[in-house]
Amino acid sequence: MPAVTETLETVQSVTDSGYKWGFETDIEMEFAPKGLNEDIVRFISAKKNEPAWLLEWRLKAYALWQKMEEPTWAAVKYPPIDYQDAYYYAAPVQKVKPKSLDEVDPELLRTYAKLGIPLKEQAILAGVEGAGDSPSDSGRMPIAVDAVFDSVSVATSYKERLAKEGIIFCAISEAVQEYPDLVRQYLGTVVPQGDNFYAALNSAVFTDGSFVYIPKGVRCPMELSTYFRINAKSTGQFERTLIIAEEGSHVSYLEGCTAPMRDENQLHAAVVELVALDDATIKYSTVQNWYPGDAEGRGGIYNFVTKRAQCRGRRSKVSWTQVETGSAITWKYPSCVLLGDDSVGEFYSVAITNNWQQADTGTKMIHVGKRTSSTIVSKGISAGQGQNTYRGLVRVAPTASGARNFTQCDSLLIGDRCGAHTVPYIENRCMTAKVEHEATTSRIAEDQLFYCRQRGLTQEDAVGLIVNGFCREVLKELPMEFAVEAQKLLQISLEGSVG
Amino acid sequence: MSLVIENLSAAVDGKPILNGITLAIPAGEIHAVMGPNGSGKSTLSYVLAGRDGYEVTGGAATFEGRDILAMEPEERAAAGLFLAFQYPVELPGVGNALFLRTALNAIRKHRGEPELDAMQFLKVARERMRTLNMTDEMLRRGVNVGFSGGEKKRNEVLQMALLQPRLAILDETDSGLDIDALKIVADGVNALRGPSFSALVITHYQRLLNYIVPDRVHVLLDGRIATSGGPELAQRLEAEGYATIQAEAA
Repeated sequence: MPAVTETLETVQSVTDSGYKWGFETDIEMEFAPKGLNEDIVRFISAKKNEPAWLLEWRLKAYALWQKMEEPTWAAVKYPPIDYQDAYYYAAPVQKVKPKSLDEVDPELLRTYAKLGIPLKEQAILAGVEGAGDSPSDSGRMPIAVDAVFDSVSVATSYKERLAKEGIIFCAISEAVQEYPDLVRQYLGTVVPQGDNFYAALNSAVFTDGSFVYIPKGVRCPMELSTYFRINAKSTGQFERTLIIAEEGSHVSYLEGCTAPMRDENQLHAAVVELVALDDATIKYSTVQNWYPGDAEGRGGIYNFVTKRAQCRGRRSKVSWTQVETGSAITWKYPSCVLLGDDSVGEFYSVAITNNWQQADTGTKMIHVGKRTSSTIVSKGISAGQGQNTYRGLVRVAPTASGARNFTQCDSLLIGDRCGAHTVPYIENRCMTAKVEHEATTSRIAEDQLFYCRQRGLTQEDAVGLIVNGFCREVLKELPMEFAVEAQKLLQISLEGSVG
Repeated sequence: MSLVIENLSAAVDGKPILNGITLAIPAGEIHAVMGPNGSGKSTLSYVLAGRDGYEVTGGAATFEGRDILAMEPEERAAAGLFLAFQYPVELPGVGNALFLRTALNAIRKHRGEPELDAMQFLKVARERMRTLNMTDEMLRRGVNVGFSGGEKKRNEVLQMALLQPRLAILDETDSGLDIDALKIVADGVNALRGPSFSALVITHYQRLLNYIVPDRVHVLLDGRIATSGGPELAQRLEAEGYATIQAEAA
């Protein structure tokens, strides 16, 4: 079929250069010396002007990490990582606070513009004085944004407006200075320093991330969003996010991530901790679009992330929604520990692996409290030579009487060189619990593609439409603006996957 | 001339199905192709629409003077060719409204017309649906998912009404339909009738042709046109069956 070959070629050229976030910002950076040792940990802590307890906390993590081994149980393959051959601290050089956009490093502004952050938020992010005080343009629902550039949070928008409600939304390094008691009370209580290899590494060298605190009874009036960007070469990003939702509060938090295109693999090992108290709700949405590597599998981000929520309170609820389109390797299991009676955990996931991408992702739902319930909806899409594994644990403790879980895992295969794997672990120690698991594997059928094309859709549009349909249950969980972005991303990620 | 097929042969999995079909439909005319099971009716429709796996082994086909066999399926659609499927395909999770709008905008783009946003589309869709006696509910459902046989066919007619093709191929659209659904299909085709619209109505039975009166009737046997005639040929087939024609052709 010459026509198909032609499509393939066109698409390959698109894929090779199709990652539009692959640019690099040329900006003055400050680095710590390459490599990792106790001095580097001290260096980072000193840079951040941290209190002694936090330095001790980091050093303990470093000591634990040194004794730990990299996990090998995930269905992913990669050459050994040389942890001494990377920078653990890289930050844009801080200048005096600019008075207007004209004084801001134009390279930084250009980066924000390319990342699609609106001008108003750009001004705020760039730290222009007073930029966050007036309402956003065009009546659009404002989104409070925290931008993390390599190792530091460069700015947070709408801080003052949120403060009126008693909401704290800032860089975690800032929270350490401003709200040390809160940070100390919660940091590491959901993901302890020694939880796993990457969490320990993160605990030792984490550089920045977001901190969110929603006081009792407050519904956060806007979406909170953090934008993570790896820019510098040979740099790992180790961000740490901590969200605390007090009794009866409600918050929706979004994170987006991109990185320049490079031939080398870069490590991103984040830790996210969520705490929901009585009747609190946290909705955490991720659109992960780290550079996935090129069509031959060169470069790309290793995304080794530990995300966990504790539903400590009664009737508390945590909902994870993730759209994972990027990264060379994704190792990620956003989890819920359902401690409070009647607490609810949800996990909605779309993971795409195209070309040589590998994903081993899923969730853990740990039922401890009575009548706790969890829902897992996982949609895995494999194309090219991509390998996609759903790995999920549903554990019901003897205490969790009346607990319920429903799991649905659907895999969609595109082409005949990719793989989909489903590895569900179910450990039920409670007689009155009900655990359900459904799984399907399907292909995009030739007749579906032909039907769409006969109606005038191109092959790529047809694939995009069918894949979006396949993911609909997950995409509808995303906040509106993110959902549109995610749909486009799904299509871009799969360009060239059919032929 | 709208559609000109000359000595067209095609094979599926290396097995010859069409063995030299010659057929011409002048602009504004509706032709029926009738034939028993296995005579090549569906293959003819798929070859004209460009489905993968239907290999053209000889002959030619042009639509409004353009060689359609060299075109991608979506290019044929953009040129104005529409195939109403015998078995419309289900697209789970894809909303019918989104699908119809995406399709309509793809075609409009090719025609150099501006794309319609969701509101504009809804207005156009509702107008068309009114004439077809359909309700909005159809738009809210997934594409053909959970549709009855009749609903699927009505959805095909709705798509045709929206896309306004210049050549419609109906592949046994009447099969499995009750008389009310049959009338809706016929109304959909008759509404498009005009000097620049042609149709190829493929059917096993004569009864659809009571509602869509064809200008010409062709009988397909063993991948060839065995005989052609006016609407009365369909009546004769209904009365005598294909055996007589087969015997005459032999």
